[in-house]
Amino acid sequence: MNFDLNDDQREIKNTARDLLSRRSSFEEVRRVGEGGAYDDSLWNELTELGWTGIGIDEESGGVGFGVIELALLAEELGYAVTPSRFLANAMAGLVISSAGSDEQKGKWLGGIASGEAPATLAFARDGVAELVPDAEGSAVIVLVDGDRATVHDSADVSVEKIETIDPTRTYFRVTANGGGEPLEGNVEGGVDRAEVILSAELTGIAQRALDMTVEYVKQRKQFGQPVAVFQAVSHGCAEMFLETESARSATYGAATVADSDPEQLPFSASIAKAVAGEAGPRVTRKAIQLHGGIGFTWEADVHWLFKRAHLDAAQLGRTHEHRARIARIAAGLDQPKAGAKPVGATA
Amino acid sequence: MDLTLSPSELAFRDELREWLAANHPGPIPTDEEGFEWRRNWQRKLHEGGWAGVWWPKQYGGRGATLIEQAIFSEEITRQRLPSPINVLGIMLAGPTIMIHGTDAQKDRLLEPILSADEIWCQGFSEPDAGSDFGNVQTRATKVDGGWSITGQKVWTSIAQLAKWCMLVARTDPDAPKHKGLTYFVLDMEQPGVEVRGLKQITGSAEFNELFFNEAFVADDMVLGEINGGWGVAMTTLMNERAGLAFGMQVAMRQNLDELVEQVRERGLVEDPYLLDRIGELYARTEVLRLTGYRGLSKQQHTGVPGPEGSLPKWMSASTNQAITELAADVLGAEALSQESAWAYRVQRSRGNSIEGGTTEILKNIIAERVLGLPRMKAGA
Repeated sequence: MNFDLNDDQREIKNTARDLLSRRSSFEEVRRVGEGGAYDDSLWNELTELGWTGIGIDEESGGVGFGVIELALLAEELGYAVTPSRFLANAMAGLVISSAGSDEQKGKWLGGIASGEAPATLAFARDGVAELVPDAEGSAVIVLVDGDRATVHDSADVSVEKIETIDPTRTYFRVTANGGGEPLEGNVEGGVDRAEVILSAELTGIAQRALDMTVEYVKQRKQFGQPVAVFQAVSHGCAEMFLETESARSATYGAATVADSDPEQLPFSASIAKAVAGEAGPRVTRKAIQLHGGIGFTWEADVHWLFKRAHLDAAQLGRTHEHRARIARIAAGLDQPKAGAKPVGATA
Repeated sequence: MDLTLSPSELAFRDELREWLAANHPGPIPTDEEGFEWRRNWQRKLHEGGWAGVWWPKQYGGRGATLIEQAIFSEEITRQRLPSPINVLGIMLAGPTIMIHGTDAQKDRLLEPILSADEIWCQGFSEPDAGSDFGNVQTRATKVDGGWSITGQKVWTSIAQLAKWCMLVARTDPDAPKHKGLTYFVLDMEQPGVEVRGLKQITGSAEFNELFFNEAFVADDMVLGEINGGWGVAMTTLMNERAGLAFGMQVAMRQNLDELVEQVRERGLVEDPYLLDRIGELYARTEVLRLTGYRGLSKQQHTGVPGPEGSLPKWMSASTNQAITELAADVLGAEALSQESAWAYRVQRSRGNSIEGGTTEILKNIIAERVLGLPRMKAGA
């Protein structure tokens, strides 16, 4: 056992951090957040670098790395709050990889891996998905309703833009008018892998909020000294660190399990999403608080993190839903059947 | 990144499981016979080569990796067996002596730690030196051939059984706080040492107060340099924090399983509030396990436990407390009856966020040493 990044993984993470610090600065996040479109040249660069194929098998046109490598990229994209369809595309790719037939994989994964025919993924109920990231511009949309997944050609569904609190990413309501091609394989395994990389993005967001807060409280002076010397502040930072590291441990654990011990994945993936889905919003809220008045302004950049974290947490099952699933697995109870989910469990 | 056991780790675990199956000492007896039973249990472990699992072979250990040490703690706890009686000697005194001791001290002190012939206790905290450990007031005065010790220690586990005490005392009262301390190995079997049991909120006396009245330590039982005790003590404390969480995580998981069973018996297992709380606590327990393994993997590279060891210690205290709080809430009077195993846990868990460094101090360590935040000027 070596539960630490190996040299190749560290290299992937550092390369991504470096590239995104240049190509996805807060200046760029703000440009999109204030109404600009995604940067096409960034998308082209990511596809040329092969990032979009990382979680997809070589025979399907991908690079064939594991969930952990994909999670490391997602973490860095979260760290940079990158406005991009990368995550939605990768999540859909994981579900089709896990649940699609060979023919279905042949049909869709190549376009996902190359970025030429991107996809997205969301939970739906009775054919309606309330929160679908980056549906516009996606060639296909994967909808998951309980243990059923269907792939819809984007031309066959109605797509309606919704304005969320997070302007750094586009979101849509999608209504499928029946139809869609069912995926007959392991839907749960695919969705769980998608939850893991979503958790990774949340981890990166939390890490950025922590780093920014630590820098800020060191330089902000009140009463003649940096506010970091006050324990109400420094202990708050320590709590942010605990929550961020908790999200990272749970995410890396689940990513590792996805690649090596898939039987444990339902438990591990739900732990990752429950923990990261709580940590992301909590750490970014605390970041606003510890930035004081400036943190509440549009000018400061912490609010992008706060907003993205909340929208990520709302996707693929919320914290309380995953906690219930964890408890049910631990207690040996059946999971609720499709259609018997708690009210509002569709996002 | 790999969470699966390597072939050699699997072989280690299987060999241990086989050995435990063949050498299981049976149920743990009641208090009166407890000490001899636990001493014999450690002797048995030692004969099997399991007492000093990660101690280097040159010191009589197995030379196992830190990950294997963690596997050992997990397996022992899974079998509901106690850790070796001399846990403070094995986990704290031994590693400190290996780093700071002379060859003669290593020859004299290490082997009897593993064989449980000489039990160790830890004389660090004092009534006025708890979190402010640098404020140690126990005095060591130079006398012919050694040092004369006078003062008081508190929160000393198993002192009544101990042959040796890891003692930090002030050798230079004029030096700045941290610079006038020296680390001694004090023989507990002498007239100048008095041990009084300290009754805690559980009603039992797991800890003691120690009183020294001109107790003697020979020159060759100074560990490290005179007035260099602070650095030596930090070695001990880092090992304490890094090691504490591992067996506990397994015990917490067992307690949670037990609670789920009790919740089920009461027909409450589908209650949405309880599903939420139980799910949260399983998640936190798993996060503790994973964070512990991340720390160990890192330590395996760097060789020394770092300030990150504070994180699992903090997590394990808060999660264990949360488990007992939920049990008290869900089971009510039944958990609070002295006949319930929860009654002890509900009370004992309050100590988790105090012993071995309070959670407040752990937050300071993380803020200052991990996050690099400035510390408040003393007296500000």
